[in-house]
Amino acid sequence: MLLGLALKKEVDKMAVRRIELMLCTGTGCVAGGAFRIKVALENELQKQGLDKEISVIITGCNGFCGQGPLLVVQPDEVFYGFLNPEDIPVLVQEHFLKGRPVKKLMFTPPEKKEPIPLLSEIPFFQKQLLIVLRNKGIIDPEKIDEYIARDGYTALEKVLTSMTPDEVIEEITHSGLRGRGGAGFSTGTKWKICRAEQKRPKYIICNCDEGDPGAYMDRSVFESDPHTAIEGMIIGAYAIGVSSGYIYVRTEYPLAIKRMELAISQARNYGLLGTNILDSGFSYDLEIREGSGAFVCGEETSLIHSIEGKGPEPRQRPPFPVQSGIWDYPTVINNVETWANVPVIINRGADWFSEIGTETSKGTKIFSLVGKINNTGLIEVPMGITLREVVYDIGGGIPGDKEFKAVQTGGPSGGCIPFSMIDVPIDYESLTNAGSMMGSGGMIVMDEETCMVDVAKFFIQFTNDESCGKCTTCRDGSEALLDVLGNITSGVGKEGDLEFLEEVGMAVKDASMCGLGTTLPNPVLSTLKYFRDEYDAHIKERRCSALVCKNLIKYYILPEKCTGCRLCLKNCPPEAIKGELKHIHIIDQSKCTKCGTCLDVCPPKISAIIKVTGEETENITGTEEPYPVKKKKGEKNEA
Amino acid sequence: MEQLTLDELRKKRKEAQKDIYLREGKYKSKIIVHMGTCGIAAGAREIVSSFLGEIDMLNEKDVMLTTSGCAGLCSMEPMATVELLNLPSVKYGHLTPEKTRRIFNEHILGGDIVKEYAIGIGSEKGG
Repeated sequence: MLLGLALKKEVDKMAVRRIELMLCTGTGCVAGGAFRIKVALENELQKQGLDKEISVIITGCNGFCGQGPLLVVQPDEVFYGFLNPEDIPVLVQEHFLKGRPVKKLMFTPPEKKEPIPLLSEIPFFQKQLLIVLRNKGIIDPEKIDEYIARDGYTALEKVLTSMTPDEVIEEITHSGLRGRGGAGFSTGTKWKICRAEQKRPKYIICNCDEGDPGAYMDRSVFESDPHTAIEGMIIGAYAIGVSSGYIYVRTEYPLAIKRMELAISQARNYGLLGTNILDSGFSYDLEIREGSGAFVCGEETSLIHSIEGKGPEPRQRPPFPVQSGIWDYPTVINNVETWANVPVIINRGADWFSEIGTETSKGTKIFSLVGKINNTGLIEVPMGITLREVVYDIGGGIPGDKEFKAVQTGGPSGGCIPFSMIDVPIDYESLTNAGSMMGSGGMIVMDEETCMVDVAKFFIQFTNDESCGKCTTCRDGSEALLDVLGNITSGVGKEGDLEFLEEVGMAVKDASMCGLGTTLPNPVLSTLKYFRDEYDAHIKERRCSALVCKNLIKYYILPEKCTGCRLCLKNCPPEAIKGELKHIHIIDQSKCTKCGTCLDVCPPKISAIIKVTGEETENITGTEEPYPVKKKKGEKNEA
Repeated sequence: MEQLTLDELRKKRKEAQKDIYLREGKYKSKIIVHMGTCGIAAGAREIVSSFLGEIDMLNEKDVMLTTSGCAGLCSMEPMATVELLNLPSVKYGHLTPEKTRRIFNEHILGGDIVKEYAIGIGSEKGG
């Protein structure tokens, strides 16, 4: 016993742990209750007397967001998802105390029975290649020492001790790195132009104004590894000859801002930001500017205006920001992901980097994979990977064995790529040729239940809201597009509408000033190109084959299936369903608001409620009266 | 505020690397302590603490310590399995903190199996 006590004291003093629980605290998992899981873990570990042997480490986004809240057990690498505070006592006692991993909390692929215990064996992670996200899930983003331990700031050491600014620019140019914000301009060239400018001072900006619906790549970099962006910026500043810079981030990203603020203060504290960095004579510092979430601020000249305290409106280019940017001084603006690539390129060399990817697009790209997909999450893949690999191998396919219809890349500025092009390699040029664009990395998967006209309307609604109003084509053009799309989806589309959409779309593209306007028609033009028959069906047959557009569909109760259970009747919000117990229910179409509640509540065994569209809707009025289930079943079927 | 010099940053990196070694998967050897109810009752947790104490004293922490369930030889508990890279595993039984210290130094660090305590070499075959 005495020995046990002595040992316990020894353990108390030790820094060494036998298990580390890497708990994801990206925004997604935090929303799902990750911090409650943390408390539950710490309490149970303490209760079992394991708190000196096992620690809980918070990390940034793990990437497999669809499984959150989640944690990875190190060193065994076991992956646990969908955690609840109630699961924690069992997990701690079984796995962490007795060494028996808990199967029921592991990841089981849909339609499979056996779980996959190890992270490295889960297909979602297998085809990924981590450069920017190399530290995700491995370090605590709130501790600079952990970044430093993973070779953090070694690239900065290398640059300050053994490279001239021109050599740094040469290395970045040679690597083939292109802007990850969407346009894909050569990063090295941009730096070179700015370095050659005579006017001083110069500035650099990190663009974290991520506005695309469903996209969160930049946020995740800030949340999981803020120092990689900071180190990239310091190296860029050294190369271009800059002594101060800004990080422009949207206010809606509180966790990303908090972690970045902390990272900046830690870097300052170590003298990695500020004057005379690492005794090299080079000085650089940066500050955060928060934007209030105007989509147009992702555009560089609007972003500059916003930092200057002006209204977020773009201006005519040229002059480009590299010549005349913030307060008319030369300014390099790069996206978060672009900056985050820089330290790795410096460390591992341009040759290594340029071997990854395709002829024109080097390295990797982060995508947020969302929509109708089994494995929702954040992925980093080598350029040149096909959409098929992303959707089926990494994404695990479409839920419920539905048909893949299209994938929307590039957010509201991008387009929809149909199934026929699923083997297209993902790089800047291929996506542009397909009528879409790389964009910053949103990837929304759509299945057969997605109406492409409705999707186009959704994105135009978004860009119409976000248009700053400066250019007539963008302001009024998006309005005109929206009107016509609204007509088509509400069943009052007419002949000539499609030609009108194309003509206006092209005009907006040609005549708008900034990137928002020149790309906003893409969702319309690309869906018109690949899904024209769907538009035609909406106009000519009043048919929405995806059964989405409310004015073109009707809900109908199949008499041969209805058991008269009153479930739909009781739940119908507008009380549009007539009937009584054991009587076939009827939906009064004049009252139905098409909310879909009846379809949701009708038990799957019965499935009496369907949606119909086009000519099938013609004879459905719902004016008939309910009648007993058994008696007239056969008769009414014919009617 | 501690303005670091280049050397201080490098020193800090070396120190910090010791704290994250568990996550990097660089191991030369692995110790598995069997923590079934039988093992715990026989004192397996003390064995874990004792191994941890040994690992703590290493400069290069390339030994992985993990736990597993009952190994089926309950009368021999507390037990541990030691695996050196690319070599068959060795099971030890009736462990005490003194014995673990010897196993750690002679087998894990030195590469020599402590024959007196070993109860078997290699894993049982699945049928």
